[in-house]
Amino acid sequence: MIRVASATACAVLALACAPQIAVAQDEHAMHHGMVMDPAPAAPPAGPPPAENASAPDGTGDAGTGTGAGTDQAPGTAPPPAPVHDRAADRFWGADAMAHAEMTMMGGHSAPRYSAVRIDLAEIALSPQGDGYRWEGEAWTGDVDRLLLRTRGEGQTGGRLEQGEIEAGWSHALGPWWNLQAGVKQDIRPTPARTHAMIGFEGLAPYRFDVQALAYLSDKGQFTARFEGSLDQRITRRLVLQPRAELNFAGSDMPAERIGAGLWRAEMGLRLRYEIDRRFAPYVGYSWDWATGRTADYRRADGDRVANRAVVIGVRGWF
Amino acid sequence: MRGDRRSVLRAAGLVAGAGLLARGAVAAEPGHEPSVLSGEAMTLTIGRGHVVIDGRTARAVTINGGVPGPILRWREGQTVRLTVVNELDEETSLHWHGILLPFQMDGVPGVSFPGIAPRSRFTYEFRVGQAGTYWYHSHSGLQEVAGCYGAIVIDPAEASPPMREHVVVLSDHSFVNPAHILRALKVDPGYYNRQPQTLADLVAGRGQGLGDRLRWAHMRMDPTDIADVTGAVLRYLVNGKGAKQGWSGDVVPDEPVRLRFVNAAGMSFFNVRIPDLPMTVVAADGQDVRPVTVGEFQIGPGETYDAIVTPTGPRAWPIVAESMDRSGMALGWLAPLSNVASAPPLPVPPLRERPLLTMKDMGMDMPGMDMKGMKMRDHANAPQVKMGPGVEMINPMPMDRTGDPGIGLDGVGHRVLTYRDLVSRVPNPDLRAPERTIEVHLTGAMDRYMWSMDGMTMSEAHEPISLRTGERVRVTLINDTMMAHPIHLHGHLFELVTGHGDHSPRKHTVTVLPGGKVSFDTTAQPGDWVFHCHLFLHMAMGMMRVVKVRPA
Repeated sequence: MIRVASATACAVLALACAPQIAVAQDEHAMHHGMVMDPAPAAPPAGPPPAENASAPDGTGDAGTGTGAGTDQAPGTAPPPAPVHDRAADRFWGADAMAHAEMTMMGGHSAPRYSAVRIDLAEIALSPQGDGYRWEGEAWTGDVDRLLLRTRGEGQTGGRLEQGEIEAGWSHALGPWWNLQAGVKQDIRPTPARTHAMIGFEGLAPYRFDVQALAYLSDKGQFTARFEGSLDQRITRRLVLQPRAELNFAGSDMPAERIGAGLWRAEMGLRLRYEIDRRFAPYVGYSWDWATGRTADYRRADGDRVANRAVVIGVRGWF
Repeated sequence: MRGDRRSVLRAAGLVAGAGLLARGAVAAEPGHEPSVLSGEAMTLTIGRGHVVIDGRTARAVTINGGVPGPILRWREGQTVRLTVVNELDEETSLHWHGILLPFQMDGVPGVSFPGIAPRSRFTYEFRVGQAGTYWYHSHSGLQEVAGCYGAIVIDPAEASPPMREHVVVLSDHSFVNPAHILRALKVDPGYYNRQPQTLADLVAGRGQGLGDRLRWAHMRMDPTDIADVTGAVLRYLVNGKGAKQGWSGDVVPDEPVRLRFVNAAGMSFFNVRIPDLPMTVVAADGQDVRPVTVGEFQIGPGETYDAIVTPTGPRAWPIVAESMDRSGMALGWLAPLSNVASAPPLPVPPLRERPLLTMKDMGMDMPGMDMKGMKMRDHANAPQVKMGPGVEMINPMPMDRTGDPGIGLDGVGHRVLTYRDLVSRVPNPDLRAPERTIEVHLTGAMDRYMWSMDGMTMSEAHEPISLRTGERVRVTLINDTMMAHPIHLHGHLFELVTGHGDHSPRKHTVTVLPGGKVSFDTTAQPGDWVFHCHLFLHMAMGMMRVVKVRPA
């Protein structure tokens, strides 16, 4: 559907731009006229081509702009009607060529690639108790991709505190941005909700990796998450990655112990060593805060409002 | 090999100091010396095999058991019959790069013929109407990247004075399957760039200053993105041999030798020089040019150059071919035939520092002009391009860069060949003015590893480029990417528009520098031909078109 729409848009645009194309070609011709020696006027357009032949000189001092050959400005002959038959059919047969052409065209498109990416897989060492955390994604496709994302965290030896799994579709909008839509299932905290997801992911100016996703739960709760990070190479293998994450809620959700507005902010600084770009252990520091009503819930539950931890983990893809 | 100069010198010593022994050892590796095939009928067998690079064995697609395949030595005016035997379990093909022939013998599956099915054979037959240095390679899948290529030398019909000569096939080869390389680039496009700019560089005052770094980061461009696939995964070869094996060509001191350079690399441009030995370029893409003496030239995949050098004294001269991103080098030698023991090898210069792309490579280098208002991706600058995820930029002001020596070769301290230096030795055969101009934009998106023409891959663009038989057209290639692209048109020679009138240089492959544009005039030959980037992964991604030429 989108492809059809964009093709139509393109055709409309092409029509709208037709005068500009003509202008561009004129400018092009002018450019050559200026660079080269005074070129003879473009010969009249159209076949037969032989009529356009300039006298072969051969005696001219080549390399100094004789006004012959490529020194001449191009004409403005119209292109021929587009050709769609296969010239090779009459030598090798239409069936054999049709099959070979299909194979070749398929072979020159880029249908599908797949990868698993682990952004975070770490243990968090904190005076308040050690924990663990993961965040990763698997995808298959190219311009359009199927996504499977998961993230979660918990206390070492304790139960999983937060966990989710998300399946979605990612569509490239431009060279840097993807539109994403899908379904997210909470595992923790309970009650575990199911959410519809829509959002953007991509590379922002200054090469920030950015993800902005909005969710609507089966109970009509609106939430959103914004994630940004930047890879700063210190040496060829050593990369410092500052990272921030902001979580928002559209309303108070007492059952989930989440208050309206910005309810959790997190900042991290991780230093990784790329043994290979596919495998990079890291150490870092991570801060997170609950804010507003969420902080009140935490205090009421006897939980900490803010946490700090040294993190140790690995990042990579395969 | 980088930083391992001593071992290179040792290898060189082995070749030069005990040349016979070294050659004997090499000869003991079966199928390693490219043989020469000539005559009317030749048989080329394509199969799975191996190539030994500096002592390590890599898988390869071989021709008659070797990488490169045999040198095909033809004579202008003769008819050749080439039987290709496919011993692979997949389809194959051979394309005769730069050869003018009936299109149905051009060897592109799906365009000129159906391809050569597994375990079958196909006979090509055509008359050879030209002379010079050319090459041949598979046009199926990524077989070329895996080693399926060889050189073609065509002697002119009229006998020319004999001269010692060597074919120097430059190439790249990986121990990793090319399909894996492609996937790594799709998942992590900077995967093979092991020379990025770092904070440590900034502190040490190397490379770009903070302001430039911020400007480039703002545009999401990487000035170190010179090659997609680098020495991190490639080995660079001379006639199928690694730098430590050191291919060596026999020379006689003070006697001129003609070197026929072919860049058969799947993904690499080379900077070629023989330090302190001037090279006189006498032919480009097989076509004679007025001799031009240079210290170095950059050669794109698909191009050939013939250069005459006169090695002096009883020394072994290194042929140095750095990859354009300076992540490695191909290294060969010219060593005296006799008296080898007294021929000390000259030192091999270390790799020079990796160059950086500049604003010029973005089409933004107009002195005295304010670049602030310039948009890097303005559709109005290229209405014919289909904008989409595969188009990262539209060159705001394409420049004629045919007078530039190539990426990283400004100010290297000696003369470097440029396209403008090339002047045909003989007048061009067709001196008509072009009847019209065809503009083709070379487009891509590095962060997605997508490559196309006019924003569409070959399979997306159902429209071929349609021409009338015998029509004289001007093709203007505009590079809308940050990479150099060697563009090859099958079955044609074209005259570069570089101000040389009726003596324009004739080529079959032309490199369009980033930020640049190149125009050429050509006379349409009947049939279906392909037109594509000769970086094989770019072609595989769709930077390719079919050109269909029919009677008016």
